[in-house]
Amino acid sequence: MDIAAVFRDERARALATLIRLLGDFDRAEDALQDAFAAALQQWPREGVPDNPRAWLVSTARHKGIDRLRRDAGLAARAGEIAYLAEPAAPPPDLADEPFTDDLMRLMFTCCHPALALEAQVALTLKTLCGLTVEQIARAFLVSPATMAQRLVRAKAKIRAARIPYEVPGSDRLAERLDGVLRVVYLVFTEGYAATLGDALVRRELCGEAIRLGRLLRALLPASGEVAGLLGLMLLHDSRRNARVDTRGDVVVLEDQDRSLWDRAQIGEGQALAEEALRRAGGGFYALQAAIAALHGQAARPGDTDWPQIAALYTLLMRLHPSPVVALNHAAAVAMGERLDRGLRLIEQLEAGGELGSYHLLPAAKADILRRMGRREEAALAYESALRLTTQPAERRYLERRRREVMEQL
Amino acid sequence: MKYLLLIYESEKAWENITEAEQGQIYQEYMDYTNGIKKKGNYIAGEALQPISTATTVRVKNGKTLTTDGPFAETREQLGGFYMVEAKDLDEAIKLATGIPAVRSGSIEVRPIMPTPPPE
Repeated sequence: MDIAAVFRDERARALATLIRLLGDFDRAEDALQDAFAAALQQWPREGVPDNPRAWLVSTARHKGIDRLRRDAGLAARAGEIAYLAEPAAPPPDLADEPFTDDLMRLMFTCCHPALALEAQVALTLKTLCGLTVEQIARAFLVSPATMAQRLVRAKAKIRAARIPYEVPGSDRLAERLDGVLRVVYLVFTEGYAATLGDALVRRELCGEAIRLGRLLRALLPASGEVAGLLGLMLLHDSRRNARVDTRGDVVVLEDQDRSLWDRAQIGEGQALAEEALRRAGGGFYALQAAIAALHGQAARPGDTDWPQIAALYTLLMRLHPSPVVALNHAAAVAMGERLDRGLRLIEQLEAGGELGSYHLLPAAKADILRRMGRREEAALAYESALRLTTQPAERRYLERRRREVMEQL
Repeated sequence: MKYLLLIYESEKAWENITEAEQGQIYQEYMDYTNGIKKKGNYIAGEALQPISTATTVRVKNGKTLTTDGPFAETREQLGGFYMVEAKDLDEAIKLATGIPAVRSGSIEVRPIMPTPPPE
């Protein structure tokens, strides 16, 4: 009997329901800890209950009310205790339904737009993913004390400003879902980007983001953007073993050993990307998933359908314009149509100045110049890129490229 | 639960519009106020005189110090407020989005600290 596995599986749903029943994040977390401790004593003796989640929730609920009674200010809280102990608060059902609703409530509350984005991310990782404060702090390169404080402040705001524990009504659902998707995608890109320190933590973040994506997919099966986001993450993550070499250096898409790509995951991602396009044609994630799917289909770099990728980026740029999308569009145009057209687009972006501190702009420019055989200019562009990044793996890659073009001069 | 909706707007922008436009905005405020009264959200609400009429007061070492104007110069100034009753932050935000100044300025939504019950 693997009690730890049961805890891992049941934690998020049990916590989500307890927050509703006890009306407070901290109280629910403490109560669930108490219930876990009780389970560790009781289950080895008496066996795991038929419905461990219901057992955990009802045990934790009683522990939570006990704690409240023990706490100071008992008189002031008498009303609250009577309210919480009231049988009207429904005992946890055996059916899955209320747990699912609670999980949605938890997700939307953690990602409430009244909280700062970094607090939304931290709260999501803490409550929905069950990461410890230390783990989250390590992932975002801040001290555990800073991260703990960020969480305390977020929970205090939920309490004081009364951020509701509910799924938004249909009039605001789409808008609020965007916020949830953004948090999940941010967790993923933080894990995926090479800018973070600890490789193990990075893997964990990607895994958690995909897990959240699967959860959202189960909760909102008809949403095209949810399918798109999950597909996009699976497709990117399918290349995890090929995108870094044994020394920890970045391997660009073109140079990756495609036999290391996770084919099963690409298949799942592609199916999701197709569904996403069908359900949410112009969606931000649907379009990006479609692009990632096209890369996944190419057995060799030369097989890549660049014209179609460039066309998808054109659509993305029209519907969801941003400088980074424009940069990707320019690179796709360079590969798909003509190098000089891509270069011109990048120079326009450069003149715009919005990506002035983004090292991938000069890096993309350098790459096109290198392909055009304009090595001297390429070397200068690689130098500009090097001035803008301190991340060791990125620097090693850029320095290697710069050396290569210099040697050919 | 009570929330204070603080209305921030550029006073300059207000001075630069025509009287007819000002009249229209007054009407919008009247309609909004009547609307939230009908729904039972309204507790109080007032417009403030411009910051040129403001005085900032401090007491230092028992001595009262007064200065002309507000504490800090900002692009937008506190121009008025509503106090409303709302069931949660989402409802308060929704009420805030109905205030005419939400389009030209901004509304700060602040929960009122509950008074502790008497011991």
